[in-house]
Amino acid sequence: MLRIACPWCGPRAEIEFSYGGEAHIALPEAADALDDAAWAQYLFMRTNPKGRHLERWVHTHGCRRWFNVVRDTASERIAAVYQPGAEPPEDAR
Amino acid sequence: MNRYSIFTLARNALSHHEHWQRAWRSPEPQRRYDVVIVGGGGHGLATAYYLAKEHGVRSIAVLERGLIGLGNSGRNTTIVRSNYLWDESAHLYEHSLKLWEGLSRRLNFNVMFSQRGVLNLAHNLHDLRELRRRVNANRLNAIDSDILTTQEVQRMVPALNCAADARYPVLGASLQRRGGTARHDAVVWGFARAADALGVDIIQNCEVTAIRQRDRRVTGVETTRGSIAADKLGVVVAGHASVLAQMAEIRLPIESHPLQALVSEPIKPVLDTVVMSNAVHVYVSQSDKGELVIGAGIDAYNSYSQRGSFPVVEASVSALVELFPSFRRLKMLRQWAGIVDVCPDASPIISKTPVRGLYFNCGWGTGGFKATPGSGHVFAHTIARDEPHALNAAFALERFTTGALVDEHGAAAVAH
Ligand SMILES: Cc1cc2nc3c(=O)[nH]c(=O)nc-3n(C[C@H](O)[C@H](O)[C@H](O)COP(=O)(O)OP(=O)(O)OC[C@H]3O[C@@H](n4cnc5c(N)ncnc54)[C@H](O)[C@@H]3O)c2cc1C
Ligand SMILES: [Zn+2]
Repeated sequence: MLRIACPWCGPRAEIEFSYGGEAHIALPEAADALDDAAWAQYLFMRTNPKGRHLERWVHTHGCRRWFNVVRDTASERIAAVYQPGAEPPEDAR
Repeated sequence: MNRYSIFTLARNALSHHEHWQRAWRSPEPQRRYDVVIVGGGGHGLATAYYLAKEHGVRSIAVLERGLIGLGNSGRNTTIVRSNYLWDESAHLYEHSLKLWEGLSRRLNFNVMFSQRGVLNLAHNLHDLRELRRRVNANRLNAIDSDILTTQEVQRMVPALNCAADARYPVLGASLQRRGGTARHDAVVWGFARAADALGVDIIQNCEVTAIRQRDRRVTGVETTRGSIAADKLGVVVAGHASVLAQMAEIRLPIESHPLQALVSEPIKPVLDTVVMSNAVHVYVSQSDKGELVIGAGIDAYNSYSQRGSFPVVEASVSALVELFPSFRRLKMLRQWAGIVDVCPDASPIISKTPVRGLYFNCGWGTGGFKATPGSGHVFAHTIARDEPHALNAAFALERFTTGALVDEHGAAAVAH
């Protein structure tokens, strides 16, 4: 089981959290002008790396706030936790 | 290839089974092949077999990172059925089910296909309506499918708690009698042996590390055993699909997740069918050895670690003991995970790609074992003819651009 450090509540067991998938996927500007291929990229295509993954979690059974995590999908090691909207910390890149 | 029969079995018994011919060779990789298949799971080996058998391709290699069958093909809970909702999927899975029927004879290898039936339980009115809808859709596609009442379910599965005051009351179930289980390793070995006999080179411990292309056309691969040229490349690597796609600068709509399973200590026969419950995320069957084979839903997060988290197992097992109170005292022997390639519409991708000569077969997620022969069959066609078989045309990568998704979340559900 993962142990995730919520930026507001500290380290808690995985079962308190819900997973939100890949981070930093923003709705493109002028979404109504996108062609189908660009829309598919936004909606469906994912990086799904083996290794360092930037992802979103929400502390469902705690403070209920969203945040971002840098986790290695091969080793499950969490390298960093950072605020939504922020860039991943330099040393975890 | 020496054929297996009762006579060869008897003859080899006399020499203490020490002189059986090896089931497949272990050749050194050649410099070049007409078709290279990446991934030595059931799907990859079946693809190679049908390429050689039905399309007359003479120069084929299957490259496997480790040993064949140690991926999801050797980690799954072996449920086979074809009762999917939409016409496209129903036809594809039913094609596969028909190939399962008679596969042992055709491969001259006992894949232990056992049509013991698959039950899907309904625990509330909505479940029941969903199952009815699916059963009706199946029947329109000439796929055997029935709705059972609570009493009929109880008669078929005496150990199941069908009491009205159960935590998860059983309001009925759908039943596909032609569904069942097969022996996972045997399917891999059977296709490997039959493909090898047709001249396919099965190369193990050979990881593909790069895909070579010129002007968006495939020219070969780099591997841990040197470079290998190829006119056509078929990639069937399940949970590693995105890793291989990245080598060709293609993005896929796939996320890799752990999917866990566990088996109990062996017990006397107690369950002669497969029981699945989408609502409570558990399913169970009993192997010939007597172990209960128990499966769960996926772990929510992306992962390649083949581990998974304990709470998922705990949730499945607590649901299981509600359904089968007599299983409460059983010890569990083993637990494991495979990495499944989950697609947004819970349907596979069997497709050409923007790179000419490069084909992907992936996205089977939690339920591709049942499709092993059918998937190999239509993928071989797609590669050999450079165009999809009628049965996989709807499963092209383009559907994520056109929006023509094949949403099978209901039928795929917990899985399998
Ligand atoms: C716990 C569990 C239970 C399941 N239960 C069921 C079920 O009951 N019914 C059902 O229908 N389905 C089930 N499935 C799904 C099913 O197992 C898969 O969909 C199916 O086996 C996929 O077969 P495959 O041949 O494509 O993949 P795999 O058997 O995983 O083969 C892919 C191969 O590619 C190799 N590979 C990866 N990267 C490289 C590389 N770079 N170079 C060379 N080789 C590489 C891997 O080593 C692997 O051997 C289950 C899966 C799991 C994990
Ligand atoms: Zn919190």
